Amino acid sequence: MTGRGLVVMLPYLWLLLFFVAPFVIVLKISFSDIDLAIPPYKPLFEWIGKNSLAIKVNFNNYAFLFTDSLYLKALLNSIKVAFVSTLCCLAIGYPMAYGIARSKPATRNVLLLLVILPFWTSLLLRVYAWIGLLKANGVINNVLIWLGAIHEPLTMLYTPFAMYVGIVYSYLPFMILPLYANLEKMDWQLLEAAEDLGCRPWQAFYKITLPLSRNGMLAGSMLVFIPAVGEFVIPALLGGPNALMIGRVLWDEFFSNRAWPVASAVAILLLVILVPFMMWYQSVQARESAGAR
Amino acid sequence: MTSSAGAVKAAPWNDPAARPYVEIERITKSFGDFKAVDDVSLKIYKGEIFCLLGASGCGKTTLLRMLGGFESPSSGRIFIDGEDMTGVPPYERPVNMMFQSYALFPHMSVEQNVAFGLKQDGVAKREIVERVATMLDLVKLGSFAKRMPHQLSGGQKQRVALARSLVKRPKLLLLDEPLGALDKKLREHTQFELISLQDKLGVTFVVVTHDQEEAMTLASRIGVMNHGEIVQAGTPPEIYEFPSSKFVADFVGSVNIFEGKLIEDEPEYVRIGSEELGGVIYVSHGISAAPEAVVWAAVRPEKIFMSTAPPEGADNVARGAVQDIAYLGDLSIYLVKLPTGKIVRVTQPNTSRHAEAITWDQQVYLSWDATSPVVVTR
Amino acid sequence: MNQRRSFFIITCLAFGFAFLYIPILSMVVFSFNASKLVTVWDAANSPTLKWYYSLLHNEEILDAAWISFKVAVINATGAVILGTLAGFGLARFTQFRGRFTLNAMTTAPLVMPEVITGLSLLLLFVALEQTIGWPAGRGVTTMTIGHMTFSMAYVTVVVQSRLASFDTALEEAAMDLGARPLKVFFVITLPIIFPAILSGWLLAFTLSWDDLVISSFTSGPGSSTLPMVVFSKVRLGVSPEINVLATLTVAVVTLMIVAVSFWMARASRLEKAADLAAPDSG
Repeated sequence: MTGRGLVVMLPYLWLLLFFVAPFVIVLKISFSDIDLAIPPYKPLFEWIGKNSLAIKVNFNNYAFLFTDSLYLKALLNSIKVAFVSTLCCLAIGYPMAYGIARSKPATRNVLLLLVILPFWTSLLLRVYAWIGLLKANGVINNVLIWLGAIHEPLTMLYTPFAMYVGIVYSYLPFMILPLYANLEKMDWQLLEAAEDLGCRPWQAFYKITLPLSRNGMLAGSMLVFIPAVGEFVIPALLGGPNALMIGRVLWDEFFSNRAWPVASAVAILLLVILVPFMMWYQSVQARESAGAR
Repeated sequence: MTSSAGAVKAAPWNDPAARPYVEIERITKSFGDFKAVDDVSLKIYKGEIFCLLGASGCGKTTLLRMLGGFESPSSGRIFIDGEDMTGVPPYERPVNMMFQSYALFPHMSVEQNVAFGLKQDGVAKREIVERVATMLDLVKLGSFAKRMPHQLSGGQKQRVALARSLVKRPKLLLLDEPLGALDKKLREHTQFELISLQDKLGVTFVVVTHDQEEAMTLASRIGVMNHGEIVQAGTPPEIYEFPSSKFVADFVGSVNIFEGKLIEDEPEYVRIGSEELGGVIYVSHGISAAPEAVVWAAVRPEKIFMSTAPPEGADNVARGAVQDIAYLGDLSIYLVKLPTGKIVRVTQPNTSRHAEAITWDQQVYLSWDATSPVVVTR
Repeated sequence: MNQRRSFFIITCLAFGFAFLYIPILSMVVFSFNASKLVTVWDAANSPTLKWYYSLLHNEEILDAAWISFKVAVINATGAVILGTLAGFGLARFTQFRGRFTLNAMTTAPLVMPEVITGLSLLLLFVALEQTIGWPAGRGVTTMTIGHMTFSMAYVTVVVQSRLASFDTALEEAAMDLGARPLKVFFVITLPIIFPAILSGWLLAFTLSWDDLVISSFTSGPGSSTLPMVVFSKVRLGVSPEINVLATLTVAVVTLMIVAVSFWMARASRLEKAADLAAPDSG
């Protein structure tokens, strides 16, 4: 079946070269020494004399990661922030997805378009919008002062609060859409059957709708949690100096400090932590599509 | 009603010298450990409408797909018109298929759909236009040429699918559950249309269906399938009147099966003692079975006489109480419970409005002709 | 009971959409604000189009937009080719060597944090440059390659899911009528799944156009994209020209979405009308 082979060969090789191979290189560099050169790392392999090859595997970078509390703190904080943001997205997104799935077809299309529009608008610009809203002389403060609710502007920008708002805001469509896709397929007659058998509406929701939408919730949560852990733009623009997120640490390590080996080690660490979640996401997707068939 | 009348009259399957048009030689198809088609051999003759009949999962569709080239057999060979076609891809076979979902190309008009196969063969444009027009007229869709598939009703779509596959004048036409999606009236109408079309064009049909009524109407011969095997192949009367096993007897039409032991086994008759019946069954033909063997006698519901007065003779009779009646307009179905607990199904045409009406719980006598039972040994 | 529940749901929907749209609307409103402070409304001089004028004459932004456009177009086209092949392979071929790997490689980029992808791509390009001399420095080429790599994952998902709901009988029927597999793909499959491919193209285009992180890692001197320029500006705070950019972006996206939904509604309305017209004459 060489015809088949040819079809998949092109994307396969491309991804192998430009997606997988880079990770191998990141792994390799995470074991090397920093060097004041271009590129700023010492080679892993060195020829000593004519016939011997020395491989220098330097675990310093990893040791550094674990001893310097900055990295562990950033990692734990990132996971915490991503987790809390995911819960917030779920809390806001679930009722919205439910409302859209239950509405009449005409309204549903309009509401879906309203969810999709932010999705297609640049994340950067939408995050930027919050700068204008949250800053000292920004919209929210101005409105609150004008209403007389407060007399001094609240410090909202460059705080962890701003970062949470930014993450929840940016990732909300990613939670709503898979949830909606899942809820839309639900047989609403199941709820009627439950109510006919004596179940009160909230109970029916809890016992029937919620469990059946599990796959949608998981898919949406993964789509929010995993990228949020490594999020850079939002902490950089809204978070302020105290918002310690691992994505930002990686960026600074790489661009500001030119410490490529350390940045690589951070990336590997982050990857190791996220891969189980990615595999979980894949299995949820497989289960969902198998169920649909 | 003619059903591939020419073929039936000649009955080539009974003629050992006749050359089969399609020969399926020991075909097996396995999916892992599961054998979808198990060592099937079959000869189909030119001009036949051959029906593969069976329940879902019996392997009939897999067998059809192997004839079409969409699956390749794990072992065995397929010959079409003398040529070995095993392993030949569908686009190189002189075989065309009518799909269950019709599979009309949604982005092409009716005309373009029908012309598609001819285009692939590189037929001249003028000829394509002619042949397409003729074919569309034949299926009575001449004025629908420019319509798009989504603008057609179910029956119309089917006729387009038919036209599309017949316009190439294939040696063999495969039909996958052709009448399944149609409602009852339309189904009957289309059955007869299919037969007349086949007669006119002389194409050999192989039809897959789970509907035994459909098979009985359409087929010149039926191949009953179960668990990947062909359990019996024969003309509709043969299958119905002379089933070779309990399975076939029960699958095609309804039947009453009485289990019993051979009491007397003579060349011209046998007697079977049946506890289920609570009596003796006398069958006026011989069978080949071991003495004292356990056999089954199958009696069709329409062949059982029901009366309030006791019939003559001691064999082939039973007495019971009417447990249930189903009135179907043209006939009624009675379920009669015998003292042994066995429930016998009897059908009677409602020939007269004044006949003695038989009601629930009424005691009745059942009897049948000595020629009616069929004895099966498995 | 139902009333109470729908009231709750409706309130949630209202707040949710307000949450989603207030930031966007505020950006649009303040793009007409004359004050350089952006969020302090200068009633005397507003509304004004002066920032629109200044944006559309801003060389830096226009150059960056052009680069973004070039990269996005090439990326989208390449991603569609790669993604369609991969999506087709995964949807149609149930078993082949490397299927698991291909599946993993096309779903991982969807969720992977961009800093990791960006970093790894840059290190790859550096290593390649060192060993075989290509690519010579980073720039538009490396950026495009980077974008294509993650865009194709999205296109694969779109194409794969479209093909999953595609009636394979159509392809079999075409083969049965004499068309070879390659012909079947181009004459039957492709035209039918075309809307999915088009939406895949648009998705890839948008992802590339808006991308910041991967672009930053894989770009070189003189190849700054629009998001990169925007980012450097907004790190310092608000800027009225960025508000204008946001307004224009929202306007374009809205127009496109409205146009597409109009077109789709029209198509389905025509189908319904045709269905009613077709006599059910069997």
